[in-house]
Amino acid sequence: MTTTILKPETDAQLVDAVRWALSADEPLELLGQGTRRGLGRPVRTAHALDLSGLSGVLAYEPEELVLTARAGTPMAEITALLGERAQHLAFEPPDGGTLGGLIACGLAGPRRIAAGSARDHTLGIAGVSGRGERYKGGGKVVKNVTGYDLPKLMAGSFGTLTAFTELTVKVLPAPEDTATLLLFGLDDAAAVGVLDQALRSPYDVSGAAHLPDGLAARSVVPTVARAGGAVTLVRLEGFGPSVAARVAALRADLRADAVLDAAESRAVWRELRDAACLGGVTAPPSPTPLSPAPDAEGWAGGNANKLWKLSVPPASGPSVVSAIRHALGPAGAAVEAFYDWGGGLVWLLAPPESATAIRRAVGTQGHATLIRASQEVRATVEVFQPLPDPLMALTRRVKSSFDPMGILNPGRLYPGV
Amino acid sequence: MKMPVPDSGVIARRRAIVDALRAIVPGEGVIIDEAELRAYECDGLTAYRQLPLVAVLPETVEQVARILKTCQEMGVKVVPRGAGTSLSGGALPLADGVLLGMGKFKRILDIDYANRCVVVQPGVTNLGISNAVAAEGFYYAPDPSSQIACTIGGNIAENSGGVHCLKYGLTTNNVLGVELVLMDGTIVRLGGKHLDAGGYDLMGVVTGSEGLLGVVTEVTVRILKKPATARAVLIGFPTSEQGGDCVAAIIAAGIIPGGMEMMDRPAIHAAEAFVHAGYPLDVEALLIVELDGPAAEVDHLIGRVAAIAADKGAVCTRVSTSEEERLAFWAGRKAAFPAVGRISPDYYCMDGTIPRKALPLVLTRMTELSARYGLRVANVFHAGDGNLHPLILYDANQPGELERAESFGNDILRLCVEVGGVLTGEHGVGVEKRDLMTDQFDAADLEQQQRLKCAFDPDGLLNPGKVFPTLHRCAELGRLHVHKGELRFPDIPRF
Repeated sequence: MTTTILKPETDAQLVDAVRWALSADEPLELLGQGTRRGLGRPVRTAHALDLSGLSGVLAYEPEELVLTARAGTPMAEITALLGERAQHLAFEPPDGGTLGGLIACGLAGPRRIAAGSARDHTLGIAGVSGRGERYKGGGKVVKNVTGYDLPKLMAGSFGTLTAFTELTVKVLPAPEDTATLLLFGLDDAAAVGVLDQALRSPYDVSGAAHLPDGLAARSVVPTVARAGGAVTLVRLEGFGPSVAARVAALRADLRADAVLDAAESRAVWRELRDAACLGGVTAPPSPTPLSPAPDAEGWAGGNANKLWKLSVPPASGPSVVSAIRHALGPAGAAVEAFYDWGGGLVWLLAPPESATAIRRAVGTQGHATLIRASQEVRATVEVFQPLPDPLMALTRRVKSSFDPMGILNPGRLYPGV
Repeated sequence: MKMPVPDSGVIARRRAIVDALRAIVPGEGVIIDEAELRAYECDGLTAYRQLPLVAVLPETVEQVARILKTCQEMGVKVVPRGAGTSLSGGALPLADGVLLGMGKFKRILDIDYANRCVVVQPGVTNLGISNAVAAEGFYYAPDPSSQIACTIGGNIAENSGGVHCLKYGLTTNNVLGVELVLMDGTIVRLGGKHLDAGGYDLMGVVTGSEGLLGVVTEVTVRILKKPATARAVLIGFPTSEQGGDCVAAIIAAGIIPGGMEMMDRPAIHAAEAFVHAGYPLDVEALLIVELDGPAAEVDHLIGRVAAIAADKGAVCTRVSTSEEERLAFWAGRKAAFPAVGRISPDYYCMDGTIPRKALPLVLTRMTELSARYGLRVANVFHAGDGNLHPLILYDANQPGELERAESFGNDILRLCVEVGGVLTGEHGVGVEKRDLMTDQFDAADLEQQQRLKCAFDPDGLLNPGKVFPTLHRCAELGRLHVHKGELRFPDIPRF
């Protein structure tokens, strides 16, 4: 329903745009490249605020481990720049989009268990609140406790609090080498037990995942695809001699069946990061920012099942999946799931009408997010974990403290938030 | 430094407030005796002292909730306190406020190795967590130097760090969940044994909020396996520039050491005279670089660090060959504060962070300031993350020296901000740096932070007078001037 895009080219124009929206009582949908429009509850506004005009790296100091860029800077540009100095964003975010969009969505990959999430690497923010006021929070150094840690609140706020103008992120050395141990044929519970053993070892495991029977076969990495059943994966990264020594030690400890080299490792962890075996998390790029966000059915091979992301205590992963299958009865047979984060992250493809069963199985021990579904579904099913009343009330007050009139991405997180 | 003017009306109602608290916490849990209240009159920033109106020591979350709700209803301020080790005055009491001591929340509730986490009450000490899981080879990573005494609840309030936080993170990177009581008595749970939370990252803002947003009553932290081995390199340089260059080159080589500390000449000499660690005395900068992790990795990196040091002009490089030697390298650094205490009647520890490349400039300017104020300064420095701890030497018995030391310290912190850094890297703002906040943040920045506080504590009753130099009413902060039809055609590209 969006009819107009406002595309500020300066911070001052962004302030004007938000002030205009306030005075005209016209809420705004915030866009970078529009890559993640399909994530979250649909925002239905007549006007969009395109932040991709605020682009460019402002400062990159590899030795200080910080990078400051304008919010609309393409991630491809940042990744390439960091690569020149053998650095990266350690939380292993998905490819594409803008820095602002990435931080707003708070996305992280398999290395989350070792390196933290987007929030752990967001050091400073500047932007325009829903009050039309410019402000900043955090700082541009890696260690800072001055004032409230607003950058953490901004990470994962889905553009509902502030339109970012610039962000400062922590950057870290990229691992020189990587390898992955594989174990074949384990059931879910045994696999999570092995992952636990690996994570309890002193070998600095940076990825711990399990692809059950059927899902492993979809990998582009032949050793994984041809295993003939379930594949459990343990990643080791770092300096060459260190990786070699740890691979040897942990391979013996875990009685691993095979080892992937660096290229195969990178390929398989990219697939895991993107939940590729369940159709993927990222929609293909839209031809224009305002093309309707592609619906899941359109880009996941026609599969009408919904992709969910569950965060639970690692040891509980398999039992949560069993509980969901059980609760769905005959439809439970269609559920496909795999595990990352040592069992603590469950990617789950489930038939429509599974939300209640999923949320009940997760209970209060974690949270479930609907990652891929059509606009209609995302407008009616709670996309993010429903919050207990006192927490929802606090959430609304926090929203209101930044955006009292609800003009920034209204309803993207929760109704009215 | 001025605290908010005490409300004489509240002080006059002390009797009624005490009665209300006694109805919640029976017996000795409510303290009104002046001699007993003395124990709470200050925290680690001992220059500021104030007796609280009354102190209360609850034992259950229900009691905490009722205390806060009652205080809100009676319009009484509350200052939460852990072990009272804050170096910034975060737990400084108020004459018209209730001191809420969390010291009785001492139980470890759940050690969960399968999920690699521990659930504790907030009064458990930082080291107490590591000790509880040491037998299985685990530990809790953040290690502030007060870790024997400081509590995990206080660590969350201050987002405490330590010498290993470049590699292992601050408190905020190691906490999985908290139970939090708001000023109106509402109990909320944020996070848990899983990663991330649904909705806003409220745990992220509560951590480091210095007791202004809520009172933590339960904490879940992640625990890590102890590194298999650790070795250290002691490196001396003729200039601080070379020391700084060496740190930059180590990081540029892709190495994130477990610890990377720098000391300047005065700190080296004080430490060596105290513990005889074998430090070279003819250098301007001494680096301790500790590599930890799997033995193969540590052995590999030790060689690379030594080579980088040589390349950067090190005049002395010693690699630890035994655990005893590694600990000896650290002994001087760890004793730096008491060592400085031996050469001066008093010292004042500062805590700014700078971009590391600004180190030579900052040290030069600090030397100039030292001459101007007529006070010596010794520097220890978490070199990896740019966190400076200048120790200003003074004598509190000399009239005016404390004030001079504070002015000197304020100038150092302003300098940190001027070169692109921040006022505090790990000690917190508290009352100590409160009035400098306007040097780092402008009015709009501070007002937005205070609006966030209003979402948690609309009456401003929780730990007021800390962090923010000026108090505003929430109604005033929330006011929004919108002129309908303003900016009808703003000058912005449209499509």
